[in-house]
Amino acid sequence: MKNKIRIASGQGFWGDLPTAPEDQVSRGPIDYMMMDYLAEVTMSILQKQKRKDPALGYARDLVPLLQKLLPTLLAKGIKVVTNGGGVNCLACRDAIFDVAKKGGIRRLRIGTVSGDNILDRIDELQAAGMPLENMETGEPVLKIMDRILSANVYFGAWPIAEALDKGADIVITGRTTDTGLTLAPMIHEFGWRRDEWNKLAAGTIAGHILECGGQASGGNFSADWRAVTDMAHIGFPIAEAFPDGTVVITKHESSGGLVSLQTVKEQLVYEIGDPCSYITPDCVADFTSIRLQEDGPNRVRVSQVIGKPATDFYKVSMSYLDGFTAVGTLTYAWPDAIEKARAADEILRTRLRDAGLQFDEIRSELLGFDSCFGPRALASEEPNEVVLRIGVRGSDVKAVERFGRELAPLILTGPPGVTGFAGGRPKPSEIIAYWPALLAKHAVKPIVAIEEI
Amino acid sequence: MKIKLIEIAHARSGDKGDTGNVGVIARKEEYYPILVKYLTIERVKQHFDGIALGKVERFELPNLWALNFLLHEVLGGGGTKSLKNDAQGKTLSSVMLRMELDIE
Repeated sequence: MKNKIRIASGQGFWGDLPTAPEDQVSRGPIDYMMMDYLAEVTMSILQKQKRKDPALGYARDLVPLLQKLLPTLLAKGIKVVTNGGGVNCLACRDAIFDVAKKGGIRRLRIGTVSGDNILDRIDELQAAGMPLENMETGEPVLKIMDRILSANVYFGAWPIAEALDKGADIVITGRTTDTGLTLAPMIHEFGWRRDEWNKLAAGTIAGHILECGGQASGGNFSADWRAVTDMAHIGFPIAEAFPDGTVVITKHESSGGLVSLQTVKEQLVYEIGDPCSYITPDCVADFTSIRLQEDGPNRVRVSQVIGKPATDFYKVSMSYLDGFTAVGTLTYAWPDAIEKARAADEILRTRLRDAGLQFDEIRSELLGFDSCFGPRALASEEPNEVVLRIGVRGSDVKAVERFGRELAPLILTGPPGVTGFAGGRPKPSEIIAYWPALLAKHAVKPIVAIEEI
Repeated sequence: MKIKLIEIAHARSGDKGDTGNVGVIARKEEYYPILVKYLTIERVKQHFDGIALGKVERFELPNLWALNFLLHEVLGGGGTKSLKNDAQGKTLSSVMLRMELDIE
């Protein structure tokens, strides 16, 4: 058993800093790199792509990225764990095998974790007494039955750990918790058992710190953003993990950014609910037990984490079509910028009403004035300019489309000193809404497969 | 005495559906009791009046010198449904830090 492993964060979301993964494998020693690609609505986008072409449905950027990195990864023995497999892990794996073969790579073992996709099983699960009701609103799933685009269970760390146990160099998963990507290598290397709740919670919290990439190492840092050096070359966080569950958060020495008690604290409180029960499929972690200590420059020690047993449920993430939106902007210049933007908004609303158009919501905000602060915006000096941002939402695509045609005319038939309509008319876009639910763990089984070239 | 929250705390915010979370962290250990005493659910509800339309919850993390707030119905429906410029609640932390606290 190793007495220490270094797990690096390579991507905090699909579309994150493109240079980060290469920096992590080349600027210093690491044993694992985790990459999170899946946000809540990503699965529905991937599901659509797969419907058009059965060979798609995964994070396509992964293929050229691994093509470039594979020689280094294999030479240094760095393993990659990612949920970029989306709704088509096997196609993702085959595409990586293809580029590996073309690159002359002789031996590569890829593990896949699938079985999370329950889109075709919703009727069967309903019949078996699994309600899949919305866990936030309590509404029955029948309400959205004919509009569901994707339905996936969040698996945790254990199937990934199994793939690593079987010798995978790369593990590609479908819907997996972000934290499981970091916890799995610890389970695999240190042989943690399924009931070692404190250790599993410690690895889960390390995963929470890594899962948003640079947000733990100086990005989006509110306490003192000027103190973050060389943000252009920000180093993504690395978790140095020890067998007892202690973790040191750090980054490569030659990189920019900052790892401090404050940067780690800000990430710890990011998108949490009740800190005493942070629920994952692997355990329930208690954030109020975490002990943080400085451990030298750009090093923060995380220890004494307490965990509780996992629940009997997986979280399910479903997406469904829920109408249309369109958003457009116009820029108003001094004098009377705010007053004119508000007058234009009123004129537009009158015209929409006169046309007999129905919307579920019309929202107007003034960028540069109140879009973040709402009623708490301070009326200080008159601004040089404001951007009127107006959006509509509704189930009638024709009404939403018509709204888009009402915006441009405001330039010649509304208040003066207006510009910024270069992007053309706002087009309706489909709303892909999110439906969270719970499912008994015994109803689904992760499928772990290993393939080698 | 009036103090600006930003002088004694830093913060980060994010989203979960139509709920926003704002973690408020004391800049020094001795400031944490001030947060606990004065940054109450009532004070936060009042500050976010007209912004957060639902209930406000508060959780304590004394180990991090932090309070975590959940602001319900704050994101215009949340996610892809929201028409807000800040549909993910990323700047709720800025709104929070602009608050002034009246302390003894």
